[in-house]
Amino acid sequence: MTTSFPPAMRSRPVYGVLTARPGTGHLIVADGEGADAVTDMIAAATDAAAMLARSHIIYVPGPTGTDRAETLRALGAAQFHRSPSFAACLPRLQKVLADAQMGMQIYVAGTEGVIGQVQQQAMLAGLPWQAVQTEHRGSTVRRVQCVHCKGITEAVRTDPFPCSHCGLNLFVRDHYSRRIAAFQGVNIDAEDPGQVPPPVERFA
Amino acid sequence: MSVGAPKIPVRVAEVVEVNALIKRFRFVRRDGGPMPVFSGGAHVVVDMDDHGTRRMNPYSLMSDPADTSGYEISVRRDDAGRGGSLFLHRHVTPGMDLVISSPVNLFPLDARARKHLMIAGGIGITPFLSQIAALSRLGGRFELHYSARTRDLAAYADDLTARHGDKVRLYLDDQGQAIDLNRLLQGQPLGTHLYVCGPKGMIGWVCRTAESLGWPKSAVHSEEFLAPPVGLPFQVQLATSGKTITVGPAQSLLEAIEAAGVDAPYLCRGGACGECETDVLGCDGQIAHNDHWLTDEQKVGNTKIMPCVSRFQGKTLILDR
Amino acid sequence: MGLEFNDETFRGDYTFRNSAKAIARFPFPFAEDSYMYSVNMEPHLPGRPGSVFEHMFDVDEHYVAEMRDRAQVLAEDPLRCQSLPHMTLAGWDLLELIMESKARDYPQWFSLTKDGNRWHWINRPLQIEQSFTFLDETTLPYGPMEYITRQTQGDFTLQDQRDDNLWIEAGMVTTQADWSLDFDIGMSFHEWHAPVPLAHEMRVFDRALKFLLNLQLGAPVRRFNWTMTVDPLLDTSPENYPKWGPSKTTMTPETIGHRQHLRVELQTLHRLPRSNAIVFPIRCYLIKFEELVTVPKWARRLHRVVRDIPDELATYKGFIRNKPLMLDYLSKYDDGAPTSPGIWPE
Repeated sequence: MTTSFPPAMRSRPVYGVLTARPGTGHLIVADGEGADAVTDMIAAATDAAAMLARSHIIYVPGPTGTDRAETLRALGAAQFHRSPSFAACLPRLQKVLADAQMGMQIYVAGTEGVIGQVQQQAMLAGLPWQAVQTEHRGSTVRRVQCVHCKGITEAVRTDPFPCSHCGLNLFVRDHYSRRIAAFQGVNIDAEDPGQVPPPVERFA
Repeated sequence: MSVGAPKIPVRVAEVVEVNALIKRFRFVRRDGGPMPVFSGGAHVVVDMDDHGTRRMNPYSLMSDPADTSGYEISVRRDDAGRGGSLFLHRHVTPGMDLVISSPVNLFPLDARARKHLMIAGGIGITPFLSQIAALSRLGGRFELHYSARTRDLAAYADDLTARHGDKVRLYLDDQGQAIDLNRLLQGQPLGTHLYVCGPKGMIGWVCRTAESLGWPKSAVHSEEFLAPPVGLPFQVQLATSGKTITVGPAQSLLEAIEAAGVDAPYLCRGGACGECETDVLGCDGQIAHNDHWLTDEQKVGNTKIMPCVSRFQGKTLILDR
Repeated sequence: MGLEFNDETFRGDYTFRNSAKAIARFPFPFAEDSYMYSVNMEPHLPGRPGSVFEHMFDVDEHYVAEMRDRAQVLAEDPLRCQSLPHMTLAGWDLLELIMESKARDYPQWFSLTKDGNRWHWINRPLQIEQSFTFLDETTLPYGPMEYITRQTQGDFTLQDQRDDNLWIEAGMVTTQADWSLDFDIGMSFHEWHAPVPLAHEMRVFDRALKFLLNLQLGAPVRRFNWTMTVDPLLDTSPENYPKWGPSKTTMTPETIGHRQHLRVELQTLHRLPRSNAIVFPIRCYLIKFEELVTVPKWARRLHRVVRDIPDELATYKGFIRNKPLMLDYLSKYDDGAPTSPGIWPE
């Protein structure tokens, strides 16, 4: 099932449901439970075989350990690649985007961190971000940038949390930067140093 | 809340017959000062006094945006139109005084584009002329595919080819040449933006083909100025000013409102910019929504109207003006 | 020269102050005794002589010190000035607009001479002289936006217009009311304003955006915004919040008059010619409470505004903690007498 999020401020990303669209090629990136969004899309496609013959699927296991690589591999796409982490597949993704032509469809499903970073790479390659189809599945852990030191902490589960770079205690805002592909973390005890409320697990 | 830019009083410096259908007009400031620099794709509204009838038509600027000594437009004669182009063709001569608006751009280049792919049909070439001049100066990558009925009617084609060589491809209907759009749209690098300006049918064809080949909407840009359509005369009540006006067959609703001495905002006068959007307070009849601005929902609801291009048929139409 | 530039600081010992003349021309933002969001834009036409509206870009007694402070902020954090690659042309448009305005409005301080695209710029207060080629970035020590905004008071953002939206894609932001350019760059109009409470529900941003998309060349507009700042700190950035946040907790009834400042932003918006972008200069003016209460009408009115403001807004503007302290101080200057309409002193 596609994740449903509570209403939030206007900069918070809104995700859709992947739908096969006409295109000269299909780049499909997913992590964790995002694999299910891909299989659902393929199942609903009018000509799945033709689509798969022009598809390149990149899959990364999810932050909570979900690994459906074999299910996706079994789809029989023209190219399939399982990467142990998003960082590890980044050079491959960048090469594919550099060689791509207009008409290629980009689909990304899974956690917000991976969705945001694929969108970021597509933008850097010159494609309008709106052209990337997205669907959220699985873990709601967040990728958060510390507004103070600029370091990014991956897979944040609690609010507040300590910045993995500078150690400041940060509260997690819904304010989201597409360029950085991260939510904003702001020091929670700036006005009253040391008074940090107990962390609550908001993202699982 | 509408804030108008200053109008520019100009003198016609030159009128050139480009071909059997098109004339080019050059405007310079009456006070001899420089024109504002503009961005490629911008248009101005030319304000004309056609023997007592006020006509205000939008035309794309085709001159080099960095040339502040004057502005140039090209006007295609429309024998079946409401008269603006006929007035320009028949009565506007060098030395005449006119008033034009400040430039407004509803068809800008996307500055992020890795490549600009331009498709022009007929007189739709004009915005591309100013865009190409700007791109050439800044070193931007572009490719122009220009189709016209005959070589004689392919205005500025020779000049474009001479200056830009391989970047310009010409297609002539009478020689059976046509743009191979499928092929063209399948070979473009990521980050290409597509622009089309020409007849309605061509714009529709290009946009549909791009969509079917997987081009994202935000990378496809088009401009079509709608000439206000002619139609049956109709009556309108202006609630705020307490006037009832009659819109003539060749007059737009906006022109009729202005002729009644009621101030109404506008920018493009072609159904594209949204500036003249007006609240409908009462409607017993059928509004012909001819604009590109209102959403389908708004059009069905009949709560808004764009008086620059839309008309009405029925018993009563009451507007908040 | 007609105006001395103050030697003052906006950090450390905080020697910033307004002269009597600067107080008299302060842009008090409240035209009535209450405040709520509105789009409230008006043409940015040359206004009342001596006022901050007299010229397109106001240069006042704080100019040199503010530019010194900006240089310090940038030395500590170069990310406060950024321009996405496609915004360079808009930067040139801005450089031209500012240089031409300042050379026209303040010929005693600024001069611009042109020989085709070869330009010569003189900025006497900052002792800068520069020959460069217009539209050639390699002839300036910084990009065009950074070059000219290191010499111009106020923050600047450049918005690209496309897809019926405005995208904030370049800026110089060192005197901001707690928002991060580095984080917000690339956002649409609504995304950038997302953290502002109440206004979205009031459709303030929908209406403002619609208005701005049709903003015309040669027809700039302006509006006010405001907030409160403890100590005359220009750089109230989220980046440095751990450094300035604690100052809010140390204000007392004895120090509030001197330390509490009303912070007013004179925001203008201009369509730029070559790029079709929009520049949004956000000029910050600070005034100490003890300076502001020397104008009786402003003292009365500010008391009423702070007293009646919704808590959500006071929280967003960051002064809910000290609101009682402010009201105690300001109420002493409010005898309940009526105030005249408009912003000018009586």
